Amino acid sequence: MSGESRILEGYVSLPYRWAMGETTTRFFDELKNKKIMGTKCNKCNRVLIPARSFCSHCFDRIDEWVEVGQEGVLRTWCAVNFSYEGQPKEPPYIIAIVDLDGADVGLPHFVGNVSLDDFEDAAKKVRIGGRVKAVWKEMREGNILDIDYFEPVG
Amino acid sequence: MAQAVAIIGTGQTECGKRYDVSYPELIYEAVTRAFDDCGLVPDDIEAVVSGSMPPAMEGVANPHLYWADAMGASGKPMIRTATCGSTGMSLAHTCFYHVASGLFDLVLVVGAEKMYEGDPQGTMATVADPFFQRPFLAGAPGIFSLQSNEWAHRYGLEEKRVRMAAAQLSVRNHTDAMLNPYAHIKVKTTVEEVLASRVVAYPVRILDVCPGSDGACALIMASERMVKKLGVKRPAWVRGVGYCGEEAFFGEGDKVAWPSAINAAKGAYKQAAISNPRKELDVAEVYNPFTFQEMLFYECFGFCDFGEACQLVEEGVVMKGGDLPCDPSGGTLCTNPIGATGLQRVAEVALQVTEKAGERQIPGAKTGLAHAMGGLDQFNGVMIISDSLQ
Repeated sequence: MSGESRILEGYVSLPYRWAMGETTTRFFDELKNKKIMGTKCNKCNRVLIPARSFCSHCFDRIDEWVEVGQEGVLRTWCAVNFSYEGQPKEPPYIIAIVDLDGADVGLPHFVGNVSLDDFEDAAKKVRIGGRVKAVWKEMREGNILDIDYFEPVG
Repeated sequence: MAQAVAIIGTGQTECGKRYDVSYPELIYEAVTRAFDDCGLVPDDIEAVVSGSMPPAMEGVANPHLYWADAMGASGKPMIRTATCGSTGMSLAHTCFYHVASGLFDLVLVVGAEKMYEGDPQGTMATVADPFFQRPFLAGAPGIFSLQSNEWAHRYGLEEKRVRMAAAQLSVRNHTDAMLNPYAHIKVKTTVEEVLASRVVAYPVRILDVCPGSDGACALIMASERMVKKLGVKRPAWVRGVGYCGEEAFFGEGDKVAWPSAINAAKGAYKQAAISNPRKELDVAEVYNPFTFQEMLFYECFGFCDFGEACQLVEEGVVMKGGDLPCDPSGGTLCTNPIGATGLQRVAEVALQVTEKAGERQIPGAKTGLAHAMGGLDQFNGVMIISDSLQ
């Protein structure tokens, strides 16, 4: 035994084709028109976003479409300040859960239009329980990033 | 329970950057130690349970096939269990089910990870669905910082106080890890250093966050009749198990008064006939990849009321010498080969209640709680382990 343990370097990169189904396809089409749509379960009366074809609690099929608000309450947030493979943007940036008006499920998204030069300063502007509103991209392609980010209001 | 189950052998590897061995060699190290601990050999084992993180972590799909020889598993029933962070606890439960069912009397369970061989945060990014959650919830520190912030806000906890309690927990874990021969991060730190360390996901700092480690852990579980037949001197009895999952969408559930954590503990307490965990538990290995999250678990596990976890830290209840010392191994915060981490919690509690924990022994520990959390922040599992069946 030489006492040496060497490294073999390699890469695994695979293409995928993810089928959306009709409900997600329509949800994304509505985003192109600046509408955030949920589906309502008639058993538990929850409005689920993103729109789904069945209720996660009642297990019933659902197809009643409801538009939810473009504003809502910031449930929680944090400022991502680390890097990883496949990251959607350069850190630092803010991720958050937003409880949109009229929806019963919080939406994960970005909070933008807030300077991150100083996290403590940012924390004064981005407040849990505060109001935020959707800011749309000019060019919308029918995906979750058609909402560019949410920004604090008021 | 159809058949009582005991942990009769544990084997852990030294954790850290283990470029000195291949993946199967790392597993062989843990498995041989588990056999040495109980004096059995692979031929004695009737079935093998194993698991790790999503295979993107090491770039080998269906790793249990790759590991088979290192587990002495050929010619035996073999199953893979994987639930992300909670994999190790899911493994312990799967192994327990095998024996409790009465179908097997001796089962080997192995969890492992080699996180230095891949891109851990990139791997974890693929756990979230590709349509809605992946861009936002990728990477563990982000998810847990969201949860911690919401927890502090829910109970109106002053930020300074929460950060100070978290820093004290970081110091406790780092201090205790120095006495654990298998721990990865062995660096003394101070409250001031934790508070001033680099922000990873504001407000969480690098010394509030676990590393990614290479490491493996193996346990051997036996039925009551096999414990008697073998004449095992100090078995660690599984007194209760509880496991709970949640909805696929992170924003759908309550992550503060966290149902999966609450129900996992409740289920395990019920089986173990524990009504006052703070009083009846002598030690707990709470899965704590993030200091803030450890406090949230204290509340969900009934160690204190909701919103009162900081007090347990401030009063030293969860420190060595306290009423309910937590993570005397140094915890996940200092050692995190994810597929093995939950199993390490079980191994450490088994060692504690059988007085085999060496320098990290909590004197007189008889009953302990082991825990792990995983999925996209949606799974929790608990196991109660005791020196006796009553």
